[in-house]
Amino acid sequence: MNTIAKNLVGWIDQRFPLMSIWNEHIAQYYAPKNFNIWYYFGIFSMVMFVNQILTGIWLTMNYKPSAIEAFSSVEYIMRDVDWGWLIRYMHSTGASFFFIVIYLHMFRALMYGSYKKPRELIWILGMFLYLTLMAEAFFGYILPWGQMSYWGAQVIISLFGAIPFVGESLQTLIMGDYVVSDATLNRFFSLHVIALPFAIAGLVLLHILALHEVGSNNPDGVEIKNHKDSEGKPLDGIPFHPYYTSKDFVGIVVFLMIFAGVIFFAPEMGGYFLEHNNFIPANPMQTPEHIAPVWYFTPFYSILRANTVNFFWIPAKLWGVIFMGFAVMIFFLLPWLDRSPVRSMRYKGWMSRTALGIFVLSFLILGYLGALPPTPARTIVAQIFTVIYFLFFLLMPIYTSLDKNKKVPERITTNGH
Amino acid sequence: MNKNPTDKARREFLSGATLVLGGVGASFAAIPFLSAFKPSAKAKAIGAPVEANLNGIEPGQRIIVQWRGKPVWIVRRTTDQIDALASFDDKTLQDPESNASDQPDFAKNAWRSKDSEFLVLVGICTHLGCSPNFFPGMDNKAMGSDWKGGFYCPCHGSKFDLAGRVYAGVPAPSNMPVPPYKFLSEDKILIGELDGESA
Repeated sequence: MNTIAKNLVGWIDQRFPLMSIWNEHIAQYYAPKNFNIWYYFGIFSMVMFVNQILTGIWLTMNYKPSAIEAFSSVEYIMRDVDWGWLIRYMHSTGASFFFIVIYLHMFRALMYGSYKKPRELIWILGMFLYLTLMAEAFFGYILPWGQMSYWGAQVIISLFGAIPFVGESLQTLIMGDYVVSDATLNRFFSLHVIALPFAIAGLVLLHILALHEVGSNNPDGVEIKNHKDSEGKPLDGIPFHPYYTSKDFVGIVVFLMIFAGVIFFAPEMGGYFLEHNNFIPANPMQTPEHIAPVWYFTPFYSILRANTVNFFWIPAKLWGVIFMGFAVMIFFLLPWLDRSPVRSMRYKGWMSRTALGIFVLSFLILGYLGALPPTPARTIVAQIFTVIYFLFFLLMPIYTSLDKNKKVPERITTNGH
Repeated sequence: MNKNPTDKARREFLSGATLVLGGVGASFAAIPFLSAFKPSAKAKAIGAPVEANLNGIEPGQRIIVQWRGKPVWIVRRTTDQIDALASFDDKTLQDPESNASDQPDFAKNAWRSKDSEFLVLVGICTHLGCSPNFFPGMDNKAMGSDWKGGFYCPCHGSKFDLAGRVYAGVPAPSNMPVPPYKFLSEDKILIGELDGESA
């Protein structure tokens, strides 16, 4: 048996670089030995991607992308297709879980300076992944053709209408009609199931290739390649397989248990994962009393709404779009805004730590406000935290230069192993 | 010795020319794909004017009719509501004279309609396209002290008066558009067509 397998591998290896890929990316990919719980979220996002693709293929078998049939075809999946409810909830809950793990994955990068030289490209590719994922989620949210699908699409597409001169024609071009309609739904379906999943898969590949070229960062932010043994292996590294494959396997089991718990007991998460108004079929004549995007977009939605003042001859509407765009895009600049010689928060001084803490707080508060109807008081709070959100980035070159950092150890520190 | 040395300039010229020509070809090939994004002939054809009956609308009431896939509101205003339209001070509204908004010429007045009693509006917020909610009550503390009845957009909090004029200090940049319409008789209008036009 063993010889047959070996012969088969040998046969393939003469025709395809199987063992060298396996060794380079898995068996002899040396990762730092001090990965903590934060280093699970990369593999978790891969698990969620596979979950979305798999359940998506099955949903597509019964879903009908037409304005007349879409809503009822989703209800058909939920009620009449065997196990359809499970596959649908795995997909809809999966979208929220995808964003939860992506946000934690990004927070990990912020905390341990994983975006810093030489990992700028990993970060940029990751940001492109994040943008593509946001587009994917937006297109997907339209498909059930409920009230939130319809009016959410209306608002997001109207953002493009705020662009001077070309805005209105661009809007028509996106919708394929003069209003959000059957044509819009049909093309968004196409983008959701074909174009963007392909883009995401390609970007994931590039993200990982770039990571394996420079090697993983770690909670100490110390470069493990600086200290190698006589064979050229990093002294503080361990092979990804079997060490991290087995560790990740345990993590994935725990993660899937939590995921299953939500799928079975709180798939709508009280209106945060699936909004109540989306159980009403789309009605182009009537906007629901309160509309808000799904939770993973609410911080940016808050920033959009916080712009209520016309200044510099630019209307508030356009400022909202500009600020919202910047709020996402400014992440791209992070590797160059951070002037600290130190990567990890473990060794950064109090200024960087406080700044990150306040930033996370403002992100959460903006996210919370974005899910609520606007009131004058809430708008002011949103405006304050929008300013704080941007100050985190804009002041970063200053506070990271001034900050008193601790001494970074030469090699990785481990406690109690 | 090499009798045919590589002519690098020639190679560069040939690759350059191929690149340019290929680029031109690719651009032309992109045209059908980009054009396919535009509204189809069928989508363009759906735009016929619609009739609406005005009898049966009580004073202070609103009806909604669909025109070109969009909600069009017809509001029958009470005398008090009409009087209130002229009583705003300069700072409350962004564009009280409707100079920078979209309406037929006959509606460029304080009540933004042909007949001051009947308001006809495209019920789409000029901010990001939601359809605002109707709050006809002239005294509504939640809306602020300068509120005289109107429309409130649930999406981003824009406020409009009962002539569709936008309040200052809200995200919407302009007054709500008035569609072209004409009276067919005393209590029937045709939305989508002006006097002297026919579809």
